[in-house]
Amino acid sequence: MSATLVDKILARASGQERVVPGEIITAGIDLLMMHDSGGPRRVAPRLEKLNAKVWDPSRVVVVSDHFVPAVDIESAEILALTRRWARDAGVRHYDMQGICHVVLQEHGHVQPGMFCLGGDSHSCSGGAFGAYMIGVGATDITGALVTGQTWLKVPDTVRMQWNGALADGVSAKDILLFLCATLGMGNEGLVFEYCGEAVERMPMAERMVLCNMAAELGAETGIVAADATTLAALARAGRPFEGDLGHWRSDPDASYLHRYRFDADALAPQVAAPHSPANSRPVGDYAPVRIDQAYVGACTGAKLSDLHMAARVLAGRKVAAGTRLLVAPASAATITEASADGTLQTLTEAGAIILPSGCGACAGMGAGMLAAGETCIATTARNFKGRMGSAQADVYLASPYTVAATAVAGVLRDPRELLAESP
Amino acid sequence: MKIHGRAFVFGDNIDTDLLAPGPFMRAPIEELARHCLEAIDPDFAHQVRPGDVVVAGRSFGIGSSREQAVQALAQLGVGAVVAQSFARIFYRNALNLGVPAIACADLVAERGDEIEVLPAEGLVINHSRGTRHRGELLPPRLLEIVEAGGLMPWLERRGTGTPA
Repeated sequence: MSATLVDKILARASGQERVVPGEIITAGIDLLMMHDSGGPRRVAPRLEKLNAKVWDPSRVVVVSDHFVPAVDIESAEILALTRRWARDAGVRHYDMQGICHVVLQEHGHVQPGMFCLGGDSHSCSGGAFGAYMIGVGATDITGALVTGQTWLKVPDTVRMQWNGALADGVSAKDILLFLCATLGMGNEGLVFEYCGEAVERMPMAERMVLCNMAAELGAETGIVAADATTLAALARAGRPFEGDLGHWRSDPDASYLHRYRFDADALAPQVAAPHSPANSRPVGDYAPVRIDQAYVGACTGAKLSDLHMAARVLAGRKVAAGTRLLVAPASAATITEASADGTLQTLTEAGAIILPSGCGACAGMGAGMLAAGETCIATTARNFKGRMGSAQADVYLASPYTVAATAVAGVLRDPRELLAESP
Repeated sequence: MKIHGRAFVFGDNIDTDLLAPGPFMRAPIEELARHCLEAIDPDFAHQVRPGDVVVAGRSFGIGSSREQAVQALAQLGVGAVVAQSFARIFYRNALNLGVPAIACADLVAERGDEIEVLPAEGLVINHSRGTRHRGELLPPRLLEIVEAGGLMPWLERRGTGTPA
């Protein structure tokens, strides 16, 4: 009986021989992640009320990334509560080490074939490691913490094959913005499985972007079958994968709801206009748009490879007068690496302001918020109205290449032009 | 379980940043709720009354996993949300918090229409227009959770087993 990768994971997690799309199953959780916003502060009172304990502390990870560092007493109290709860519950806690989705991967927590739950909508990022990882809310997290299980409706899988290679200056972010415009945000009940030469060439950080923005597609999650690149990343993280890699991939004759084929070479840099990721079109289709703030941040767009993209464009250049460039690296480890390889210096010499690691302005919680009438271009995943501050601000979304090129020009700019001129 | 109130009508892709704006996420739910949907409808939070029904288009609740998107509506007294479709996390959150989320493809309503929602029958009635609409039926276990007032009351009632 042939099966997709998703079918195999869900069958294993639910203890069934096989699963059928549409069927409601109860699945055992291999890893549960929550953060300071949706985690202990919302879960702890409920657990107390139920007089219940965490089913298996070794499978639970808490990451403080939303309210860090504390900017007022409320956020300080939330962070203090999170620390106390994690200590008392005996679970792993990464405190101000970066954004949860990135920190999880840096430590190799998500492994091929796992069924994982995350208390954040971008938890689908974990799919990059060949796992089934979905975001849920705090009540679902509470139920899962008590029982070690959750329910779900088995999704259909859609195969997204990207042939060829992305052009220089084009990235996974452009793929996802293009897909949001093409498929819309109403893909409930679907999992997008990415494959093809362009995906095989991608480092893990780029595969994470493919899966991360399943949230904006409105899909259940995204997934990429593990390969040598995945294994190397897990080995580097100190948790080498010891399972059967050959099993955790879709069978060649597996049944997909749809099979899409795309030509990666043909893709131009994409920009999403306010107030939806689905408002994307090629950067060249825009009339000049003046930008007040360029923001390189978030799980989607501030990992080391994202900073490298921005730095390639910014090397030897300056941010335009009247435009500010803010960079919030995705994790503490990202800062260390970007410092060691000279990337931070390239960014700051161009005029970038470096902000603390965390969800920051992307979640409307940290430094870098917008005033009414201001226009921002960001490497983040969402430009919903009011998300980064004033509801009267405009946010455009793009890749780190395009955000950097726009910061230099002060108006929307195709990064391929600057890369071609680079010394 | 039966909800009867006035319709507040919105379009497609009503996102969690509109429902629960990030800048107010540190605040208590009473304060956050006052800002629910204000970016597109400054009157909503002031005018909505207990039992009223939010009617919307596709992918209602797209975006974040924040349950405050549901709690803000519940805090304001919204009795049910009827939409053409729901974003996946919002849908789970709504049922988990005891707010009926009914997918209904063909409900036509204007603001202020008198709407009745019967979750157990998957039925939505627009009394102002005299029309009846078939909504999606919740699986029995999920209906049980909604009728109990959400997953927490349901777990308290039955001990800590696994839902669905």
